[in-house]
Amino acid sequence: MLDLTPETSSPRADRPASPAAQNNAAAPDISHFHLDNGLEVVVIPDLRAPIVTHMIWYRNGSADDPAGKSGIAHFLEHLMFKGTVKYPNSAFSDLVSELGGQENAFTSNDFTAYFQRIAKEHLGRMMEMEADRMVNLVLSDEVVAPERDVVLEERRMRTDTDPSAELGEAVQAALFVRHPYGTPVIGWGHEIEGLNRDDALAYYRRFYTPENAILIVAGDVTAQEVRQLAEATYGQIAARGEAPQRIRAKEPPSRARRLVTLNDEKVEQPAHQRVYLVPSYATAAAGEGEALEVLAHILGGGPTSLLYKTLVVDKKLAVAAGAYYWGQALDDSRFFLYGMPAEDISLDELDEAMDDVIADLLRSGIDAQDLARAKTRLVADAIYSQDNQTEMARWYGMSLTTGMNVADVQAWPERIEALNAQDILNAATKWLDRRRSVTGFLLPAA
Amino acid sequence: MAESLKSSRADTVQHITTPGGLKVWLVENYAVPLIALNFALVGGAAQDPAGKAGAATMLAGLLDEGAGPYDAEAFHKELDTYAIEMSFGADHDHFSGRMRSLKKHIRPAFDLLRLALNEARLDADTIERVRSQLLAGIKRDAHDPHELASAAWRELAFPGHPYSQATHGTLDSVAAVTREDLLALHRQCFTRDGLHIAVVGAIDAQTLSAELDQVFGSLPERGHRLSIPAIELHNLGTRKIIDLDIPQATIQFGLPGIARHDPDHVAGFVVNHIFGGGSFSARLFKEVREKRGLAYSIHSGLATYEHTALLMGSTSTKNERALESLSVIEDEIAKMAAEGPTEDELIQAKKYLTGSYALRFDTSSKIASQLVHLSTEGFTPAYLDERNALIEAVTLDDARRVARRLFADKKLLVTIAGKPENVAEQG
Repeated sequence: MLDLTPETSSPRADRPASPAAQNNAAAPDISHFHLDNGLEVVVIPDLRAPIVTHMIWYRNGSADDPAGKSGIAHFLEHLMFKGTVKYPNSAFSDLVSELGGQENAFTSNDFTAYFQRIAKEHLGRMMEMEADRMVNLVLSDEVVAPERDVVLEERRMRTDTDPSAELGEAVQAALFVRHPYGTPVIGWGHEIEGLNRDDALAYYRRFYTPENAILIVAGDVTAQEVRQLAEATYGQIAARGEAPQRIRAKEPPSRARRLVTLNDEKVEQPAHQRVYLVPSYATAAAGEGEALEVLAHILGGGPTSLLYKTLVVDKKLAVAAGAYYWGQALDDSRFFLYGMPAEDISLDELDEAMDDVIADLLRSGIDAQDLARAKTRLVADAIYSQDNQTEMARWYGMSLTTGMNVADVQAWPERIEALNAQDILNAATKWLDRRRSVTGFLLPAA
Repeated sequence: MAESLKSSRADTVQHITTPGGLKVWLVENYAVPLIALNFALVGGAAQDPAGKAGAATMLAGLLDEGAGPYDAEAFHKELDTYAIEMSFGADHDHFSGRMRSLKKHIRPAFDLLRLALNEARLDADTIERVRSQLLAGIKRDAHDPHELASAAWRELAFPGHPYSQATHGTLDSVAAVTREDLLALHRQCFTRDGLHIAVVGAIDAQTLSAELDQVFGSLPERGHRLSIPAIELHNLGTRKIIDLDIPQATIQFGLPGIARHDPDHVAGFVVNHIFGGGSFSARLFKEVREKRGLAYSIHSGLATYEHTALLMGSTSTKNERALESLSVIEDEIAKMAAEGPTEDELIQAKKYLTGSYALRFDTSSKIASQLVHLSTEGFTPAYLDERNALIEAVTLDDARRVARRLFADKKLLVTIAGKPENVAEQG
């Protein structure tokens, strides 16, 4: 089938996959421990190839940017490649490259992470240099200024040249009245322009601490090896006392449905999106996050989903329609609906038709076969992801930086299996409330 | 030297000939209870009938939209019931397919793959749905700067050749495709000649052979593909601007490349890595991004098609500095042509390229994909062990000579979407 799923500017799992099923004999034997200085460690064995994925995750992201300094978490992520006293300039990157490794970093609402994928014998070296970078970053104005320009170009490339991305920003900003999830991860352009070396260093000193970090190693390595290497590297960093607190403004009650419209001469194909403010795995009542996950799958996860079947196949009102849930978030998060209207169908008609699908689901309940298929699909993803050590490491990192623990992640398939049709219906009734939503219309020039 | 380089990767690949005569490469591994299958068929968008660009993409998009006893919805429900992942695509030179299944569901997985390849229904209403989706995608990207810059670039580079067309076609060409066109394309290309298959995962050779004979065994022996002429890159020295009201100029540039089986290909690959390849150490990355902050993304690569070879690059830079970006790129080309890489750069590039090869083989899907790629390029799995030695063998003289071959006395073909300041069209 052709895929018209919208790109989102913020990272999310393509599939709501969980990496490990405890009840599955093939599940990897995951180890989890803390160093004396508070650094958390997760080891995910994958012995098939002599390589490792080494990741360090910090429990801070764009939602922790100080007021007026949006984009600083992401900007600092760029600046972390500018060198330390011991490994100045690009020495770290040069060595990764020389050793045949690959590296990168990414920032989201709730986390910032750095990784290398490399032959296993170089793991110790990576840990030594990443630990050094946790506390010994050196920044000069000479490297900060051009890198700020790089980030501004990144923003132009991803957002300022793409009306769909601009609408996405406006919808998020409308959904979150007070909470910083309404601010783009990369920051607002005019605030990025004002970010400087002092801002970056202040933010760095506040968050880049052993208590705030999680080391995740996946690959051809034992927990014992990782522990020894970690104690010799990260373990040498002095504890700061305790992890920094993440205090974010709370959302007031949502009482008004909102419509955000963007008209642009570059738009030829109209598009629709709707975002509901819903609990995340971390803030939901027990089982409710999982229920929203399954609901998203039944409502809009692919060609057998209700939205696709009704709007695209049967009524031919749309060429694309779907839903997904962003569950991995520290605070209340988002449930997305999206669609692209068929020719001569207005966005209002599509919007109403979506409401009809939801109303129908609330009236007639969850079909037992739909529920069974959704569960099969989601639980199978847990096995598929075992095929990819980097995906496993990412999943644990995202979960552990958004308020979940290792046991939560491992038991995720069981919690999915335990849901019944009423659980899904309850979640739909409670959370798909239009007063909690913002709808975005992307339209040609008015 | 890394352990991964000492052991033979080629030895992990079983060369199977099925009872039905299919040639298949298998990497048997039971660590994770799944299998990954990739295949490619010679064909693809270059086979689109005249005026009907997009036909191959439509056909690929229709294979899992109803087959045998199942209509589209029923087919997708079967896939979902067993958590089978299946998808098909078309680039200019090939149709491709991939499937992932849990070990316990391989029976229905192979059966559904057989139906998709042999008995796709191409129901009229499904064709119209897929057509409308393709058209919506074209409209969605109608003012996307990357799409516009590459469309203009292809048209200038390959006038009158199938490579000048986007694989997804245009509003007019997609509208013109009929069911008969799709059936004819299927007959032409879905045949056992030009078929490349690789499987990785929890299955033995005998079981796999029996399954694959069911899936691919009934395809006709030979196809009747259009013969596609080779084409050199045209319009070198041309610079075209596509006016678009956005704050950034997206620049696409290109030069003739080096064909995959040309003796200079490997040296060219190493030289491009130093010039603009993926890592943070490339000259373009350092000069355009790191030193000057001109762009977030700057990259070049050797592209080898069946009927042409290119060196392509792209970047996006604010309109006010587009001219500066262009001149930095041109300066780096001139410098590379005149001096070639330094000895240190060559050593570093070899270390990276040989050391990182193992990273392409860390998931079942990636291994299957690499193997099919190797096969379509005309190599055998022995290449898996030879490849790093070929890179090691590139001398500084080779690199300098090939740098001259790639870059000396060459004018770029450039297309720019945006409103670049002080940049004039040429050619």
